[in-house]
Amino acid sequence: MATNRSTVHGSDLDTVAGNGLLHRRMFLTAGTAAAAAVASATLPNPAAADALPVEPWMKVPGSGFVGYGQPSKFESKVARTFASLPGTTGTGAARTPHHLLDGMITPNGVHFERSHSGIPDINPDTHRLLIHGLVKRPLVFTLESLGRYPRESRVAFLECGGNGQLLYQKEPAPVGVQAIHGLVSCAEWTGVKLSVLLQEAGVDPKAKWILAEGADAAGMSRSIPVAKAMDDALIALYQNGERVRPSNGYPMRLLLPGYEGNMNVKWLRRIKLTEGPTMTKDETSKYTITLPDGKSLQFVLPQEGNSVITLPSPGLTMKGPGLYEISGLAWSGYGRVTKVEVSADGGKSWARAALQPPVLSKALTRFRIPWRWNGGPAVLQSRATDETGYVQPTREKMIAARGNRTIYHSNAITTWAVSDKGEVKHVYA
Amino acid sequence: MSTRSALIAASVLAMASAVAFAAESPNLGRVATPEEIAAWDISIGPDGVGLPPGGGTPKQGEAVYAARCVACHGEKGAGKPNDQLVGGQGTLPGDKPPVKTVGSFWPHATTVFDYVRRAMPYNESKSLNNDEVYAVVAYILNLNGIIADNDTMDAQTLRKVKMPNRDGFVTFSRGK
Repeated sequence: MATNRSTVHGSDLDTVAGNGLLHRRMFLTAGTAAAAAVASATLPNPAAADALPVEPWMKVPGSGFVGYGQPSKFESKVARTFASLPGTTGTGAARTPHHLLDGMITPNGVHFERSHSGIPDINPDTHRLLIHGLVKRPLVFTLESLGRYPRESRVAFLECGGNGQLLYQKEPAPVGVQAIHGLVSCAEWTGVKLSVLLQEAGVDPKAKWILAEGADAAGMSRSIPVAKAMDDALIALYQNGERVRPSNGYPMRLLLPGYEGNMNVKWLRRIKLTEGPTMTKDETSKYTITLPDGKSLQFVLPQEGNSVITLPSPGLTMKGPGLYEISGLAWSGYGRVTKVEVSADGGKSWARAALQPPVLSKALTRFRIPWRWNGGPAVLQSRATDETGYVQPTREKMIAARGNRTIYHSNAITTWAVSDKGEVKHVYA
Repeated sequence: MSTRSALIAASVLAMASAVAFAAESPNLGRVATPEEIAAWDISIGPDGVGLPPGGGTPKQGEAVYAARCVACHGEKGAGKPNDQLVGGQGTLPGDKPPVKTVGSFWPHATTVFDYVRRAMPYNESKSLNNDEVYAVVAYILNLNGIIADNDTMDAQTLRKVKMPNRDGFVTFSRGK
């Protein structure tokens, strides 16, 4: 493996992996000779500098207040893309534009959505949550009564079981991070612990599962182990500080940190304690992984360790050689992300990226690493490791293990190729 | 009181209050009546508990299907524009894309009843009566060769239907 060495203003800047990846702390060591050298090396050409006009908006008062703020009109491209099943308008998925976002929290307006019969227009005053089945006392809760319970907040990612499914295709789809990884998002969810309500109802020891059901027209329903319900399940009432959005389950949804998105039932209306799983349509005919031998893996509950580079990614063209920051998202349904490595040479060599605090269990984690692009072809990849020691697999390894006749639970390494023109494309490597 | 016994007393007090606190809960749920639960509890597990009265035959189901289902699921469940319901048996192993239908893939007949009753027809879910649901389930099972032409599906017979892919599922375990 050839090592890229560059000399900038007489100061050696060692790359830590092939094709220009630099030490993750390089941007943080302000005041060192290296940082100063890089800073001066990356200054734009003064000959190309813009003029500094006094703009019209600096001379007259700006617009007035509004009740609920909106993004700048110049940011209209920051929007979800979506598709519905034939003959429907709300059955399908809307995807988060991660290539246009930064940080770890997904704004509510672009949080991904997967719905099975549109978004119901639920009146919160008449909505009820019923807990019944194998309990001492079946209970009915109103939104108002739940509002008096102690609440807690939890930053958690949600990921559709079908996120990343394009990676199972034989040829790389000519698309970007929104199409491939737009079905994962992350928010601060606030609500009432489900365990508190279950304790009030008095769970029969025979109950090993719960059935959770939504109030949408599909009555979307899934079975969940009681152990998860008693552990960290939340009846989420708030999303990033405001009431849960209709597309994400208003007025209440189940939040099962780390678990397959489909199980986090939106518009939650009913929880039934049962001995065994109910074997609903969405845990048998869908969301199961059919293997080459014809058997299907069922109840694939936590989402696996995963990551993707969002900057640069397809649609974001590099503007000439020089210093860039590679940035992306990593997550695991089994706990914290402990390490993200980045490669600029298609996986031949890897450099450790910086994980941006806070690094939270079962939340999206932002990673960053400096990269000096030499203007030549590069093949960018990221690889996450979680606190259980699990390492995100290559696409070849994932397909060798389970074949490519499924659309669910893809977590393979995603690859972007950068051309000498700076264009970024999805490829397999 | 010595410092040590004061500490012990304090910790005993703390424990006592912790126990009292754990027992406190808002208890703001109202007890649901059996009638309320019966009206809301529409889920049917593999044991068939809760299947309602009524019944239907494939022939009766054919009429329901023609009126309410064929536009999305095609003639005789052949699919298009939406999910294919019939055929595909034998396609699960191998290299080619599996054809997953009620007949080739769904492990429990109770799930078909549960899903049709709660979610179908797409534009008017929960509009079929129980006889119609049993009948259309019977029709789909019959098209798949799982029940005979004259079999009636009801609360007793549906739960006994053995689906072809009943043993085709393995509970996932990480690392296996």
